[in-house]
Amino acid sequence: MAGTAVLGRLTWQVATVVDVVAETPRVKTIAFDVPGWRGHRAGQHVDVRLTAEDGYQAQRSYSIASAPDRSRVELTVVRIDDGEVSPYLADELQPGDQIELRGPVGGYFVWEPSQGGPLLLVAGGSGVAPLMAMIRVRVAAGSSTETRLLSSSRSWDDIIYRDELERLNGDGLTVVHTLTVSQPLGWTGYVRRVDVAMLAEVGPNPAERPRVYVCGPTPFVEAVAEALVQLGHDPRGIKTERFGPTGG
Amino acid sequence: MDASMLDGNAVAGLLQEVFAVEMTTAIGTCSSCGAAGAVGAMHLYRGAGIVLRCPHCDNTLVKIVRADTRLWIGFPGLRTLEIAV
Repeated sequence: MAGTAVLGRLTWQVATVVDVVAETPRVKTIAFDVPGWRGHRAGQHVDVRLTAEDGYQAQRSYSIASAPDRSRVELTVVRIDDGEVSPYLADELQPGDQIELRGPVGGYFVWEPSQGGPLLLVAGGSGVAPLMAMIRVRVAAGSSTETRLLSSSRSWDDIIYRDELERLNGDGLTVVHTLTVSQPLGWTGYVRRVDVAMLAEVGPNPAERPRVYVCGPTPFVEAVAEALVQLGHDPRGIKTERFGPTGG
Repeated sequence: MDASMLDGNAVAGLLQEVFAVEMTTAIGTCSSCGAAGAVGAMHLYRGAGIVLRCPHCDNTLVKIVRADTRLWIGFPGLRTLEIAV
């Protein structure tokens, strides 16, 4: 089984930008061509390395947002204004540009269609990226696993993958948004941070023993994980991945 | 809660580089409270180095320090580390 085998030495590979898509005003998805890519599982990451002319190197870890598709790998990057790596990735990269990456890495925060469900995916902001990989893999595999995505964004314009999620909604996938800061006129959905009551309404009943994946900034993940346990979900069924507020 | 806290997933690449196996699914047993859990679920703090702590009792499980071309890894709080091979 993948993930249990000896993987061999992890090496840096050159990746070439093939496409850049603006998801929101602050978020871009960058598609790379990585020759010899040996595929990945939904939820895995890559390490990205940038090298300055003077040899200085900066390294960051990004979740893979795409389902396995030959040598194509997509990363969704939030521009952190005073960040060291993300402004370059989000603002400067153009098709044809090259960076170094290595991966896929990680095996803990991973879902494969064969694992089944029901699935409860809870995203805070760009924490939706690895969960989107799970949704895309589910679709690509023709899986009918009952899946619910609860996604928390600041506003309608900050919803990442909004159109694609709207298109995929249905067929066993339920997408629910909460908009925590501002809402468009006529918005009838949730307008608050994810809490126990919201998880009870959106999520499968804990008795169904769902596989739960929570990804977002650390305070978001802590609050959601605590609420899930309060609601009666088995802590062993909850997998979390946190990302930091700075350093992007 | 420390908002800068991350989890063991953040060092997946670094650990795989060193051990040549996927390490975030390795199961560590805390020598203080006895809880066993995946490396990916350990709490991670970055400072001059990296510290992984037990999510149950906060015991320091692993310390990692990198300087140029060398890496120091200590396991002060792990009773065992169970790795799939």
